[in-house]
Amino acid sequence: MDEQNNVEMLEERVSPSLKKIVKEKEPLVTHQTDLLPKINVQNLNVYYHTTQALKQIEIQIKPQRVTALIGPSGCGKSTFLRTLNRMNDTISGARAEGTVMIDGVNIFAPNINVVALRRLVGMVFQKSNPFPKSIFDNVAYGLRVHGIKDSNNLQERVEESLIKSALWEEVKDRLHESAMALSGGQQQRLCIARALAVNPEIVLMDEPASALDPISTAKIEELIHVLKRDYTIVIVTHNMQQAARVSDWTAYFYMGSLVEYGETKKIFTAPDKKETEDYITGRFG
Amino acid sequence: MTPSSSVSYPLQNLSVKPFNLLEACLEVLVRLFILIPFFSLLYIMTKIFQLGFPTLSWEFLTQPPVDGMTHGGIFPCIFGTLSITILMILMALPLGVAAAIYLTEYAGQGPFFRIIRAAVNNLAGVPSIIFGLFGVGFFILFMGRNIDGVLKSGLLFGQPCMLWAAATLAVLVLPVIIVSTEEALNAVPQSHRAASLALGATKWQTIRDVVLPQARGGILTGAILAISRGAGETAPILFTGCAYFLPRLPVVNLFGVIPMINPLDQFMELSYHIFIMATQSTDAAKTLPIQYATTLVLITLTFLLNLTAIVFRIYFRKKLGQVSI
Repeated sequence: MDEQNNVEMLEERVSPSLKKIVKEKEPLVTHQTDLLPKINVQNLNVYYHTTQALKQIEIQIKPQRVTALIGPSGCGKSTFLRTLNRMNDTISGARAEGTVMIDGVNIFAPNINVVALRRLVGMVFQKSNPFPKSIFDNVAYGLRVHGIKDSNNLQERVEESLIKSALWEEVKDRLHESAMALSGGQQQRLCIARALAVNPEIVLMDEPASALDPISTAKIEELIHVLKRDYTIVIVTHNMQQAARVSDWTAYFYMGSLVEYGETKKIFTAPDKKETEDYITGRFG
Repeated sequence: MTPSSSVSYPLQNLSVKPFNLLEACLEVLVRLFILIPFFSLLYIMTKIFQLGFPTLSWEFLTQPPVDGMTHGGIFPCIFGTLSITILMILMALPLGVAAAIYLTEYAGQGPFFRIIRAAVNNLAGVPSIIFGLFGVGFFILFMGRNIDGVLKSGLLFGQPCMLWAAATLAVLVLPVIIVSTEEALNAVPQSHRAASLALGATKWQTIRDVVLPQARGGILTGAILAISRGAGETAPILFTGCAYFLPRLPVVNLFGVIPMINPLDQFMELSYHIFIMATQSTDAAKTLPIQYATTLVLITLTFLLNLTAIVFRIYFRKKLGQVSI
């Protein structure tokens, strides 16, 4: 019953969103601030055993925008990212307190279905991690896991996802070859396609381009630009220029605390806090 | 300008290799040591082949023993060894893989699980005769007799038979399968599990669709090692099911028509056959050629069973796009 519903939901949402990508080319209103937050985080504390990794985080992440998380290594930005789809649950000793509301639902509530949450909050990892299966099977994996078996339907969804992730043209003639034969940049776009295939609302990206060459990085950044029309994107990056290029909002983390959060334009031109300015200008970090 | 004598060129001295007696001796010694296992194996194989091969014939492979086992063939033993090895692996593989999945994917690193892991490893070091006694005590006397009690079947399960012999061998090879499966599962990158979970797959879906397909090669390695360990064992089946001599094959006709292995019957077995011919026979000297031939058959059979598993493993690795054997 539940699976049936899921399938129908997927069915409903996929075609309009694709149309949006292909047809509507209206310019995005970038500095619209009255959007309701997609993710509303309050009093978030995360611990690994006894060490506190995140301290009293409060942040509202806007829908259909790209939010960049920046900060030195170990500042907690990746931990924060993994809190949003509860991937921290898989790390032994990790514990979260506070509330993370996604579309008004507290994802820490005891009755939350974590598996369903992770379908709605997709994730792209730092190191591309395609399965040792064919390109097609990689993208179809999530769909199959969610009970879609019809091969025409699968074929369609896989194609849509690969078009969205700007990989289709490069792989359409070899969908059934191993994904391991792709280049690093292609593998990462395949992982993005895999994440998009199950139609998430939010896409989390953990330094998605840090292991890629400049051309592949540019492709991924371009992709992020297009994807934000349909998805709320949260991206961790070590690259200041990248944060400035791709994001609408930027959050600066330091030692487990959120130091400053604001529109990217403002953070990179006139930050309120001196620490933020020091980090961005490279005097620290 | 020629270099003056005060300037030293260290690289020029490198071409002079000093002779180190100790090092040279050690090298010769370790080279000798590697020859010991090599020539032992070569000697054993040649001897068995030389003395066993002349006795081999189509009749020897397809006929039962006759004349107090001094003549005839060894077909019932080949049949028994094959049946019991297949039965053993059918019992041990699912159980061992399930145990390994639990230990790697579900169990934590607490002291309790450390003890469990140590127990599994120590189980591999228990002498095989102890497994034989365990089989009698646990499988035949405890399980078998209790099943008979419940089913009111007289003495059917509560006596030595192929089922309990295979079960005893399965327990013997269980640690081999668990350890190699654990290694295979641990070799699957954690990032693949994370990717699957992040797509909204459940833990079991992740194990079934991502982890196990990648671990199949390693699991089959475990099966290969298990067959090698189990197929030639004598002590565990000594009390649990093998017979000195059986005038019939352990076969039953299902519904009166379909012949199938009868796991509740006793059986003859190659390694036990060698043992009794060498030690219990009325005329051990007379059976000597048969002993060698039987040994040759046993070794070949074990090798063939291994080969089958290796072929499977190559097939699965190819499917994953890996090339190594």
